[in-house]
This record gives sequence, structure tokens and C-alpha cells, in this order.
Amino acid sequence: MEAELIEYCTRLADTSLIVGQRLTEWCGHGPILEEDIALSNIALDLIGQSRLVYAHVSELKNDGTSEDDIAFGRDANEFKNFLLAEQTNGDFGKTILRQYLISVYQYHQYTLLQQSTNQFLSAFAAKSLKEVTYHVRHSGEWVLRLGDGTDESHLRMQTALNELWLFTDDLFDADQLETTLADKNIAANIAQIKDLWTKQVTQLLTEATLTIPVAHNFLRKGSRKGIHTEQLGYILAEMQFLYRAYPGAKW
Amino acid sequence: MGFVGSIYSKKPGAPFEHAGSVRASDKEIALQNARDVYSRRNEATCLWVVKSDQIVSSSPEDLGSFFEPANDKVYRHPNFYKTPEGIKQI
Repeated sequence: MEAELIEYCTRLADTSLIVGQRLTEWCGHGPILEEDIALSNIALDLIGQSRLVYAHVSELKNDGTSEDDIAFGRDANEFKNFLLAEQTNGDFGKTILRQYLISVYQYHQYTLLQQSTNQFLSAFAAKSLKEVTYHVRHSGEWVLRLGDGTDESHLRMQTALNELWLFTDDLFDADQLETTLADKNIAANIAQIKDLWTKQVTQLLTEATLTIPVAHNFLRKGSRKGIHTEQLGYILAEMQFLYRAYPGAKW
Repeated sequence: MGFVGSIYSKKPGAPFEHAGSVRASDKEIALQNARDVYSRRNEATCLWVVKSDQIVSSSPEDLGSFFEPANDKVYRHPNFYKTPEGIKQI
């Protein structure tokens, strides 16, 4: 049971960490000062969420594995973040659309997790939900404005949506572990998240005059098995370099 | 960036204070920018965004006629009253 809980927590935290790390690439490069700060704030929220969960995993493991070991000591196939989280930033439109798709997922996931019978998960969800509520609002308002903006911004958003949509099936690719934990009211029910997510995302994208790509056979999945796109390796190479070059380094 | 706003923030029990300004595409984004720039260190419990061109301001030329006449009227200050004991926050 504990192994399953550790795995579930790791999945939660990995998505927050990897998309947070992606957002930090914008620091100092935002389109305007205000947005630069906004993206960095979101990144800090997400990395903070992952730290809370890694610290809990470290306690559960109770074998001397530290928070840092978990974040910086694992290879790509041990990371369980959504494929969507590791996709490159592209332009601001693609970054903010990726954020929206993930934030809406987290919003519903955390909302359901508040009812979890696991005390850590329900407390974590209640705390993080406040942050994620703002992420949804901020990214959603931008998707609306850029989708239904100029010809140029619309084209860029539609291109980003076509690209990112390939990775949305992965969000709902529940395996035995998550189904079992959900049945025990520990994890959030993925079918429920999918319904809520699809409804909310479809509504906003339609309002933003964007067209959801027709479902086809090329949708990518596999994050729960540790199967990733090539993008994750590059993130880890940068994120883990210091810790691996100087094992046990503190900062 | 069609919207330039002046930001006012408040803490519980205190009046709104000018915090700074933001640029944005419109008022909703201006409010979000204000939140991100001026309340990230726990500075606020409420924010106002005022479109900067809607603020009516006195100009530097008004300095003499507006404010100097008050300089030599000390009797307008409550300096000549004794504050009763136990009264705080005056």
C-alpha cells in the first residue's frame, strides 16, 4: 500500500516540478516585466508544491533518501510527470496554453483530492488548490485573449494547440495503481477529472475561437510507465547537473 | 499595451496606499499583473486598479497657490490641545 502511495505522490510532484522548471526558463525573458514576474510566481508555486510532496515521500521511504535525491538523483525513465509538462516553451502563447491545460487538470485533481482519506494528500490539495485556482485564471485569460486576438496571435495559438493536444490523452491514461487508489478514496478519480477537464477546456477554447484537433491515432501516452519524449532528458540535464557534478551539494 | 494603471493596495485596518503602476492589455490583465507584481510578498488583502489617465492630479505649478498658504497656520494643527491619558493612535 505504501509503495503505491509513494508512486502516486511521485507522479503528482513530478508534474509540478517539471512544468515549474520549464517556466523558470522564462525568468528574465518574459514578454513584459509584469508577465515575467507572473510566470516566475507560477513556477515557484509549482516547485513549492513538488517540494512538499517529495519531503513527504522522503518520510514515507524512511531510508535516508532526501527530497533532493528524489528530484535530482533519478533518471528520465523514473520520472512520472505528464508528457505535456515537459514540452518545450515555444513562444509565450504555447507556454501559457500548456499551463492552462495542466492547471485545469490540477485544479480538478486537487479539488477531488481534498476529500482524500489520506491526510497528507487532502491537506496538500487544500493548500495547493488556492495557487492553482489563480494559475487557471491567469493562463485562461491569456488563452482567451491570444486565441481571439489578432490573426497572428490566433494562428500561433492554433498551432500550439495542434501540437500540445497530442499529449492530452496521456493525462487520463489511468493504470491499475491509480484506479485502485481512487477506489479506496485515496487518489482522485481520473474519469471524473477527465469529464470536468474536457468540459472546461472545450468551453474556453471555443470561446477563444480555437479548434480542438480531431482525435487521431498519434496521441502519445506512457508517462505513468516512465516513457517520455526526448524533451525531458534536456530538462534533467540542466536541472540535475549541479547535484550530480557535486554529489551532496547544499544550497 | 493599451492600459496603464495605478495600483493601490491595502492591509487589514489600514487605508489603501499607492503601490506603483502596471502596463497591461486591459483591466483584467492589469488586475492580475498588480497581484503578481505588488502582492507577492504578502503586502495586500485588496487591490485597486485605477486607469492612470482617469486620475485628476494637481500640477507642480499649483504648488504655491494650493499648499503654501497652509504653511504658516499652525493653529490648524491640534498641537494646542492636551491629549487625555490613555488615548492611543493620535
